[in-house]
Amino acid sequence: MDDFLAARLQMAFSLGFHIVFACIGMVMPFFMSLAHFYWLKTKKKVYRDVTKAWSAGVAIFFATGAVSGTVLSFELGLLWPKFMEHAGPIFGMPFSLEGTAFFIEAIALGFYLYGWNRLNPWFHWATGVVVGISGLLSGILVVAANAWMNSPAGFDYIDGQYLNIDPVKAMFNDAWFSQALHMTVAAFVSTGFAVAGVHALMILKGKNVAFHSMAFRIAAIFATVFACLQPLSGDISAKDVAKRQPAKLAAMEAHFHTERNAPLIIGGIPDTARKTVDYAIRIPGLLSFMTTGDFNGEVKGLDSVPKADHPPVAVTHYAFQIMVGLGMAMVGLSLLYFLALWKKKLWLRSTWLLKLFVVATPMGFIALEAGWTVTEVGRQPWIIHGVMRTADAVTPMPGIAYSFYLFTAVYISLAVIVSLLLYRQITMVGKLYNSSSEVPKS
Amino acid sequence: MIYVVIVFLWTAILLYILLGGADFGAGIIELLTSDKNKERTRKTMYKAIGPIWEANHMWLIIAVVILFVGFPKIYTTVSIYLHIPLVGMLLGIIARGTAFVFRNYDAVEDDMQKVYTPIFVYSSLITPFFLGIIAASAVSGRIDPQANDFLSAYVFSWLNWFSVAVGIFTVSICAFLATIFIIGQTTEKEDRNHFIRKARRIIFIVMFCGALVFLAAYFEQIPLIHWIFGDIPGLIAIIAASISLVLMFFVLERDKPILLRLLAGFQVTMILFAATYSHFPDILLLKDGANLSLLTHQGQAKTIETLGYALLIGSIFILPALVYLIYIFQKKTNVETDH
Repeated sequence: MDDFLAARLQMAFSLGFHIVFACIGMVMPFFMSLAHFYWLKTKKKVYRDVTKAWSAGVAIFFATGAVSGTVLSFELGLLWPKFMEHAGPIFGMPFSLEGTAFFIEAIALGFYLYGWNRLNPWFHWATGVVVGISGLLSGILVVAANAWMNSPAGFDYIDGQYLNIDPVKAMFNDAWFSQALHMTVAAFVSTGFAVAGVHALMILKGKNVAFHSMAFRIAAIFATVFACLQPLSGDISAKDVAKRQPAKLAAMEAHFHTERNAPLIIGGIPDTARKTVDYAIRIPGLLSFMTTGDFNGEVKGLDSVPKADHPPVAVTHYAFQIMVGLGMAMVGLSLLYFLALWKKKLWLRSTWLLKLFVVATPMGFIALEAGWTVTEVGRQPWIIHGVMRTADAVTPMPGIAYSFYLFTAVYISLAVIVSLLLYRQITMVGKLYNSSSEVPKS
Repeated sequence: MIYVVIVFLWTAILLYILLGGADFGAGIIELLTSDKNKERTRKTMYKAIGPIWEANHMWLIIAVVILFVGFPKIYTTVSIYLHIPLVGMLLGIIARGTAFVFRNYDAVEDDMQKVYTPIFVYSSLITPFFLGIIAASAVSGRIDPQANDFLSAYVFSWLNWFSVAVGIFTVSICAFLATIFIIGQTTEKEDRNHFIRKARRIIFIVMFCGALVFLAAYFEQIPLIHWIFGDIPGLIAIIAASISLVLMFFVLERDKPILLRLLAGFQVTMILFAATYSHFPDILLLKDGANLSLLTHQGQAKTIETLGYALLIGSIFILPALVYLIYIFQKKTNVETDH
């Protein structure tokens, strides 16, 4: 395998692995804190049990996310030293703040996990909330750094030199808000559906129904509310990308030619040689409207940038279709759930709604990975958009393919072990927390 | 501001060696403990280490971030030429961090524990070993950006007797820190005596490994003796460390766990001081003598300034929270043991 491709794949695998754990690690604490809040308020044991079960999940995911994050902070240099040599001092601000947020998260988690019956109950609860908030902040800060690669700011690039560095401007680059918003909402959606789906499955199996119903309700409300917000943030992102990175938007849409009244292309197989998309559904004018607010607005196609600067069209286009398709499916399910909550209480007791949630378990995370594929592959061939090419940033060390095989093997084994642990945590609920049989006191 | 950043970098490295090192040591001791004491050692250890476990490893992230933001050339040179030992260290970090949590959070106690535990103890050994190799390679002057072939650019940059000896020395330091730490955590006299005996043995092992480092430096023609004893502050640091080591033998017998830990921490601090002082501000010695210095290879002024403020503000949040975390769980553990 070519070293450059190996480096890209290793980075993609590492990020793709880390992002799942990072998301769960930053969202689950909120679920956990809500359950914990109900426990402190109502003293119903089932809430305490749900809290404890989820905190075990948080511990597993946080630890895995922390080590994979540590690895990433080294991989940036191991794989892309020339990028880091110039980018480090410019986009380092969010990383140095993220270090603090992450540290606080680790400290708060220490208080939380070991604080049962040792700390003042409300102080203990607050440390759980701090875990969530600092996790969320870490996520936002890291995304701000990524946004800088899409929307470089805070320096002047003159004759190959990076001058007049302003780390604060770099952090608040044009893309940070739309990316951070989209990602934060995505984290809630994907974690929410994953957690809700698992508990829905256990309810269907008839195991510890009281426990799993409680857990399902909390996770489902987060999942569905955020799923309905996501198209709004997606719209902000798309308009932003259209303005800043027309080539990326063109690749997402497989939109080859600059035109007015541009159609929205759904599905299809892009053919870069003939510059057409076969078997696609086209909705006239919709792309123009979505990106410019005017059905006759001009949308730049791939022909607006030199061929050498085209991102891979097929991968970006497919990934984008997958993300949007799954996103819409989740919105649909969310609307059904709201309808059930407000008007059709009977649906809540039926199995088909739960079955739909089981089907939706991986949807959020698949959409999330697809979305990151759009962002990262769509930025190619640039590592810093318009400034430095990815191929120029890669390490001079040969043999990266072996490193790629090694890390892939490690990540796959970790994924297998974590799945086993979760399976055990979930199937052992009855033994670990036998509250379902207890009658809540007064 | 640059000095603020350098102090943070040095402190983060020191704290990682002290706190992370004691953590690694816990795994190493588990490896060295006979089967009949294993379970007890483990329990004593993790009751205390559990709550601060994750936080201990954050210092490494802080140090790395300071390096790549403030001193990008140094970070990237290390990343390129010490790629292989860095990967070794990372594999250790992954294996160790996950195995520790997995074995505590596996809902079923079965043969999987036999998988987690060896992973945990062996990765506790290899991580500080590679850390030591990386640290030694930074100053052994074998990194050669002009090298043309794979071996001399990416392997002999770190593979030499001196680096290996420092790797072993680092492992022994971790075991030393953990043993001293655990003495204060023991609740029964028998346990305490067991670990005091162990501590004595480990102190000799550390001194032996230290001697190995000097020997290896001599073979590899690295002027270590000159670096350590060549200037007054380094010399004072080493003398202070030696005195405190002698003191330690007296304190070991008495029930003064805090004093014991302070002495151990002091010794390691002095060793790190002596090892870094003579090169300062150089941090990476290259083969062609074009050394990388914290002062001449720092980022632009604005970067260093914001980094400094970010660190200062960060420490306002981190330090009190961390101290309170350690305080409260130490207190609670002690209260529990009184009953």
